[in-house]
Amino acid sequence: MNTQTLVSLDRVRKVFANGVTALDRFDLDIREGDFLSLLGPSGCGKSTVLRLVAGLTKPTSGTVTWPGSSDADHRGEIGFVFQEPTLMPWANVADNVWLPLRLRGVSRSEAKGRIAESLALVGLEDFAKAYPRELSGGMRMRVSIARALSVRPRLLLMDEPFAALDEITRFKLNDDLLEAQRELNCTIMFVTHSVYESAYLSSRIAVLSPRPGRIVAEIAGVSSSERGGDFRTSLAYADLCRQASLALTNSMAGGRLR
Amino acid sequence: MTRDPLKLVLPLAVFVMAIAAWEIYVRAADVPPYILPAPSLIAATMKADWPLLSASLLVTLKTTLAALALAVVGGVALAVALSLSRIVEYSLYPFAVVLQVTPVIAVAPLLLIYMPQDVAVLACAWLVAFFPILSNTMLGLQSVDRNLLELFRLYGAPAQGGWGARIGSRLKAFWYLRRPAALPAFLAGLRIAGGLSLIGAVVAEMAAGSAGAGSGLAYRIIESQYRLNIPRLFAALVLLALMGITLFLALSALTRVLLRHWHESALPRET
Repeated sequence: MNTQTLVSLDRVRKVFANGVTALDRFDLDIREGDFLSLLGPSGCGKSTVLRLVAGLTKPTSGTVTWPGSSDADHRGEIGFVFQEPTLMPWANVADNVWLPLRLRGVSRSEAKGRIAESLALVGLEDFAKAYPRELSGGMRMRVSIARALSVRPRLLLMDEPFAALDEITRFKLNDDLLEAQRELNCTIMFVTHSVYESAYLSSRIAVLSPRPGRIVAEIAGVSSSERGGDFRTSLAYADLCRQASLALTNSMAGGRLR
Repeated sequence: MTRDPLKLVLPLAVFVMAIAAWEIYVRAADVPPYILPAPSLIAATMKADWPLLSASLLVTLKTTLAALALAVVGGVALAVALSLSRIVEYSLYPFAVVLQVTPVIAVAPLLLIYMPQDVAVLACAWLVAFFPILSNTMLGLQSVDRNLLELFRLYGAPAQGGWGARIGSRLKAFWYLRRPAALPAFLAGLRIAGGLSLIGAVVAEMAAGSAGAGSGLAYRIIESQYRLNIPRLFAALVLLALMGITLFLALSALTRVLLRHWHESALPRET
């Protein structure tokens, strides 16, 4: 297992303009090849961590560094998936997937192969010409993921991407996401408030305390290479769920005492 | 669009019946044509006076379309400028509002003093049509999905790079994101402006009145009124109504063509 650190957050503190402290003394290392879940109650600053890593916002104090690289701008290596699909309704699926490459000056004909590959990764080869309104919620989210994958990111950031989907769709997307990670060999940072989702997906689970957010526990998951097809019904999975659930309950109790 | 034949047949039937009732009433009660001309007489007048009326129609049509075109150019250009720069927005927008809320008929006499008559009429029509395009386009340009803008920041803009790079990324976001997002609102504004530019043209022609060689349809109406040529007045009125309807249908068709793939308003309802 490759354990080189990809991104390192060191004593990060983030205070919003309205005076709310979202994160305080936040330390986290994202290692290459990780499937790292940030698990925590809503409003604990999980999304802020993603935005900090993506460079969409700056920490009030502390540092976000990429130890293995000397470039200052890492946005080229990042794919971002929001909670909503946020597709452009006026463009068809292929054009939506093309967007990040288009913004980098890649022409449509040059991007053609990449678009097709990305759509194939999420199983939407046959819907390239469809418009977002013609797709179901799950399919729209797949397009959104394909769009993030089109830039072949080293680090894929996902902000509760499946929260609005039904359980059947969600299970399917969970499996497909793990499959895509295996194929692309990328690192994923995944924000969720679902204990079961984090236990199923992650090679590492970081549990956050309520605001101001801080890592209160780290649980090692079962990496996708060492699990069988029946992982969702296995004892190891049940045990992970129990651990994560316990850590979350403890963090909430601690938050209330303060 | 749903192709429900009733949608076409029903209003047509009502229209035909109303015309028939009008004709029957005028004939039965023997109403003199200077009070209320029968539809048949209006049709006959339209035919007889066609050279005169068609020339007036052309004048008013030209004014209306020119005013609409200028309103689109001016309104969109200003909306874009306002959306790209706070400073421009703060300094100019209040004046656009003042222009809009001042009743145009009150401005028309002044314009007629300062400008040649045809230009003054055009300016009036433009003033009325300009604002809905400006305000609607601005609304559209501002109502872009926040997350999509974030996406643009993530993928589009270089973190370093000076002023030029920032302007470049802003223009990119404008072209790929704000422009298509603003299209539905712009088109709604255009449909309103289409009707208003006709109204503006008519109002200005009336204000101009007999001040010169004005020969638009509204001028014909005033003239016919003075001469008690009521059939011709009605004929001119019918032409104005037809023009308004044609303009509205044309702009609605344009909206449908441009939005048919993706916007809710242009999609057929499932029943």
